[in-house]
Amino acid sequence: MELFTQQVLAGIATGGIYALMALAIVMIYQAIHHLNFAQGEMGMFSAFVAWQLLLWGAPYWLAFVATIALSFVAGVLIERIVFKPLRRAPVFSHLVVFVALFAIFNSLAGFIWDFTIKPFPSPFGTTPLFGAGLIGAHQAGMLVVIAVVLVALFLFLRTTRLGLALRAAAANPESARLVGVRVGWMMALGWGLASAIGAVAGMMIAPIVFLEPNMMLSVLLYGFAGAVLGGLASPGGAVFGGFLVGVLENLAATYVPVVGSELKLPIALLLIVVVLVLRPYGLFGRKPVERV
Amino acid sequence: MSTVTQSKGGERIAAYGGATAIALALALPFAVSGFVTFQLTQVMIFAIAILGLNLLTGISGQFSLGHGAFFALGAYAAAIAIDSFGLHYGLTLPLAALICFLVGFLFGLPALRLEGIYLALATFALAIATPPLLKFSLVEAWTGGVQGVFLAKPAPPFGLPLSDDQWLYFLTLAVGLALYWVARNLLESRTGRALIAIREHPIAAGAMGVDLPAYKTLIFGISAAYAGVAGALSAIVVQFVAPDSFAFWLSIALFVGLVVGGVGWLPGALVGGAFIVFAPNIAEGVSKGLSGALYGVILIVLIYLMPAGAGGLLRQLGLARGPRSSR
Repeated sequence: MELFTQQVLAGIATGGIYALMALAIVMIYQAIHHLNFAQGEMGMFSAFVAWQLLLWGAPYWLAFVATIALSFVAGVLIERIVFKPLRRAPVFSHLVVFVALFAIFNSLAGFIWDFTIKPFPSPFGTTPLFGAGLIGAHQAGMLVVIAVVLVALFLFLRTTRLGLALRAAAANPESARLVGVRVGWMMALGWGLASAIGAVAGMMIAPIVFLEPNMMLSVLLYGFAGAVLGGLASPGGAVFGGFLVGVLENLAATYVPVVGSELKLPIALLLIVVVLVLRPYGLFGRKPVERV
Repeated sequence: MSTVTQSKGGERIAAYGGATAIALALALPFAVSGFVTFQLTQVMIFAIAILGLNLLTGISGQFSLGHGAFFALGAYAAAIAIDSFGLHYGLTLPLAALICFLVGFLFGLPALRLEGIYLALATFALAIATPPLLKFSLVEAWTGGVQGVFLAKPAPPFGLPLSDDQWLYFLTLAVGLALYWVARNLLESRTGRALIAIREHPIAAGAMGVDLPAYKTLIFGISAAYAGVAGALSAIVVQFVAPDSFAFWLSIALFVGLVVGGVGWLPGALVGGAFIVFAPNIAEGVSKGLSGALYGVILIVLIYLMPAGAGGLLRQLGLARGPRSSR
């Protein structure tokens, strides 16, 4: 039983990373109805920007806020410059542009900051808290950050006019435009928000996995898995999905003999496919109703 | 439903284009170096896999970001059959096709429940899971684990006066043309029309009496078989299979190739194959450090210039036919 608790705690600690990533993925999905493959690389790039600011002597929280602001602007600019001209292009083409952005950010980060692995500071310190060092101060701080982001997002989307407009633009662009919502700018806003959340994710994840251009690759994959597991329409569900993936991954490695330790990734993915087959729109998702 | 709008002139141009392309493909290996011949062979191999992906995505409208997994399965099936069981390499192609058809068909069953982005993710999971499965210690006796499997290069049969590279080129060309012919005929058949109907409107197609589950799983299997044959050819031509050659990037590259060539336009597969093989080389030639960024920029510029791929561009010019992708 103790082993079980330990593994669940460890799973929650890594799951926090996936949850943050899943949250950023769902955010952009809400705005543009696509999965952004470049989300992880954008977060990685933001973390590098923060690292550079810190190197220049900025205090942590100033660098934190400045990075989020810069990432927001960058997200808006990407939508305006890259995607606005492609609005009429087929879905497939958009996915390919995500792949292109992925390559660009990855390569640029390697070019500017090279591929050596860099330590990244945590604002919460690294002292172990409980669970025999499985959940440290940083992991705990990260859970708080996730909660704050989630609540802030919820309040923004549910209680503000802008949040309502954003949801309307995503749910039904034509009707939203008819009632005066500027759909194009809402998409840009969605990109900005996703980019900002991605920046938070990058800065929270970097102290754990260390800063380097490829740090987000596996995180992004698990983040996708978490987002889909929870349901792409639900930010809270995505966070839950992210944690669930982390826990499942750990439990598979512990309790399935031989196969578990070597194949924990395929097992986690298999479970996700099974969940999807049973609930095709995620645990918290609903089938979109379509008029025929 | 799709509208097949095409002028008589366009049809003639397409026929001439096809004949010219085949003549050119037959002459090319005698005009270029062995390495370029090898690269062109790889272009055709990727084109075969993209052709399969196009049948699934372009024709029946189902996403797949996991065709690299079927490619890997075909490659390993061929490599193991040759290495461990001494099978003749020519026989590994139907074997790979059969195995991948079965696996693809089986994967198509749960995939029936999924749509759009969720299906994309499920197939993507397949792609990600491939390298760890290939490295798995219990199957290491056959797969060679991380090391992979090395194969001997087959020499041209019947004493043909060809170099090894040229022989493999013509073998790939022949297989590619045959598979293209099959795809073309499939598309023109009752099955092809049913698949297009499913893509355009699944509910309406069902109401018209199209058996959705049967056709969707069938095309999943056929599509996987194409990828498997491509993988088997790749194993024979490269003479080597290893888990990390089949990382999820392969699946992404196939998808990118599909879009660049044009979703729903079969000859576009060749354009896509060329993009997969040559675009990274070109980017690397310009700048080593920024090759990834350049690759990305090339890709974005291509999408700007032809949002619906090469096929979309030709269609606009009235030179290609085929249904416009509705999504």
